[in-house]
Amino acid sequence: MIHNQDMIPQQPAPRSTIGPLAWMRANLFSGPINSVFTLLGLYVLYILLVPTIQWAFINADWIGTSRDDCSGEGACWVFVNARFTQFIYGLYPQEELWRGNIVFAGFAILIAWLAIPRLPYKRWVAIFALTAFPVIAYVLLHGGYFDLPRVPTHRWGGLMLTLILAVVGMVGALPIGIVLALGRRSNMPIVKSFCVVFIEFWRGVPLITVLFMASVMLPLFLPSELSVDRLIRALIGITLFQSAYMAEVIRGGLQAIPKGQEEAAAALGMTYWKRTALIVMPQALKMMIPGIVNTFISLFKDTTLVMIIGLFDLLGIVQAALSDSRWLGFSLEGYVFAAFMFWIFCFSMSRYSQYLERKLHTGHKR
Amino acid sequence: MRNKLMVGMAALMAGPLLAQAATLDDVLENDSLRCGVNAAQPGFSALSDEDTYLGLDTDVCRAVAAAVLGDAEKVQFVPLDSVERFTALQSGEVEMLSRTTTWTSSRDTSMGVNFTGVSYYDGQAFMVAGDLGVQSAQELDGAAVCTQAGTTSELNLADYFRVNDMSYDPVIFDAPEQSIIGFEEGRCDVLSSDASQLYAQRMQLSDPESAVVLPEIISKEPLGPAVRQGDDQWFNIVKWSLFAMINAEEYGISSTNVDEMLDSEDPNIARILGQSDNYGEAMGLEADWAYQIIKQVGNYAEMFDRNVGQDSDFAISRGLNALWTDGGILYAPPIR
Repeated sequence: MIHNQDMIPQQPAPRSTIGPLAWMRANLFSGPINSVFTLLGLYVLYILLVPTIQWAFINADWIGTSRDDCSGEGACWVFVNARFTQFIYGLYPQEELWRGNIVFAGFAILIAWLAIPRLPYKRWVAIFALTAFPVIAYVLLHGGYFDLPRVPTHRWGGLMLTLILAVVGMVGALPIGIVLALGRRSNMPIVKSFCVVFIEFWRGVPLITVLFMASVMLPLFLPSELSVDRLIRALIGITLFQSAYMAEVIRGGLQAIPKGQEEAAAALGMTYWKRTALIVMPQALKMMIPGIVNTFISLFKDTTLVMIIGLFDLLGIVQAALSDSRWLGFSLEGYVFAAFMFWIFCFSMSRYSQYLERKLHTGHKR
Repeated sequence: MRNKLMVGMAALMAGPLLAQAATLDDVLENDSLRCGVNAAQPGFSALSDEDTYLGLDTDVCRAVAAAVLGDAEKVQFVPLDSVERFTALQSGEVEMLSRTTTWTSSRDTSMGVNFTGVSYYDGQAFMVAGDLGVQSAQELDGAAVCTQAGTTSELNLADYFRVNDMSYDPVIFDAPEQSIIGFEEGRCDVLSSDASQLYAQRMQLSDPESAVVLPEIISKEPLGPAVRQGDDQWFNIVKWSLFAMINAEEYGISSTNVDEMLDSEDPNIARILGQSDNYGEAMGLEADWAYQIIKQVGNYAEMFDRNVGQDSDFAISRGLNALWTDGGILYAPPIR
């Protein structure tokens, strides 16, 4: 019997099982059918990507001021460049843009503060973001106070307007939605039926109808001296509409909490509000994150509908710019830009929600 | 909700009757004219780089602001959807509408609005690829025609081909940007729309010279400003603001020579410029109302050339929109 007295020294794994080559063999070329599909996929990518990159980057024109600076071989980003301020701020007066910038910066800082886990005083920042910041933002953007010239809302537009609509809609809809969801589960008949009717009414009509009612019919109900700003009407419409959807998302989350949780809390002598705020909601809300973010993302994209009531959100202002006779024929560039901006915001929201889910993952996930 | 809707409908019908009488006072009080325009119609009303709206329709608004407020820039342009436009006018959200709106009997009589005149005589026309060699719309038998869904163009097209006993193959698109791409890609031989729009669409081709607009006009589309019913003074102001521009062209008064014309011997010119008589007073305006329009906005020819005519990218010929003295049908009653 032959014994090997020593341990066989550790060997590197065979070349054929590690590294990119092995990965490719295992995942891309594991059999004849997979190999064919891989090659086919690569070919499709090639015929799609190469012209796109050529159009968008290599042959594109980046600098200039008018359409004469466009060679016409690729994308003409000069158009987006020349109109950039308009796309971001709408018709906000040039010399007042700093006000918009401060609000943008404040918004970005607050969001970052709340999103980065290491930073302290989360609670106070959140309270500031929900109470003082909207007031400051309104005073800055609208003006009319502290010697700031007034900028009427019909001059607001672009990405700024999209964000205002989306953020106000989201922040307003969440609390109303929670109240409606609790109301719908309540045992009190009047509260319950009010919530059911409210939710079913607003869910039953398309957003475009709500906006249309707000902009076309509402002025006919109101006396002509009492004119409510278009933007305010749109904001109220969007918030109410969105809160109905939010209520149903939240109700779904509430239903997933076993009844025992609430009964146990009641057995400990907790009141209804304590049970809801300390036991039920914290568990329910974290389960609802995908649903809530889903609703937010769809709201963010739905804000483009305000176009039909004459408000120029990001997409609206891009479309309006396309009809300028000095810039006719650059619709592709305009739409690609708008799509890219929307994608940035929606994708970040989606990534943040996934991060939140992981962070709050406490065993409820299967 | 049912009740609310009924109230809404009642308000909609009563709207024109309840319309407050003193639009002029509102405009003077706000020191700004709210004018409903199209959000995106090249040449007529389009958002420019300088954050303002430019075009023929918007210049009509500017003319009214110049006459009433003495400043053509005191206009707040309110972009309106085609469905929303009449309600916005009735509910008082705008004081006037200048939004490529075709003057038809039903709109004039049942929508609670009054059209004050015609600022542009438009009509439906055809555009074909130049290498097709077609000279006249009568040769279009069997052609594939691109047009937009839900427009009067679609209906006019059907009428025209039926009357002329020809067949065609409709290719329907949702928006002008799409139909021009369809045309360029060869999905249809012919593109049909209002002539003014065809010229704008032609500009979007990679080679605009490759397409020609045929001479036939197959429908009447008189576009003009409109005001709410029930305020005759305001109706007069908007009506005569446009007439003043047309009269100015007829008598050769333009924004460049208007100051010299103040000393003109011609009694017609003296009357227009308010030198010999005050025709503004009866409308509640200053005596120099027409002077302000011409000085700040120009006469009709200047407005036309700048926005859609020879000085613009569209280079639309005057055609029907020439003065009656030049073979067109533009004719304004005299100011006297």
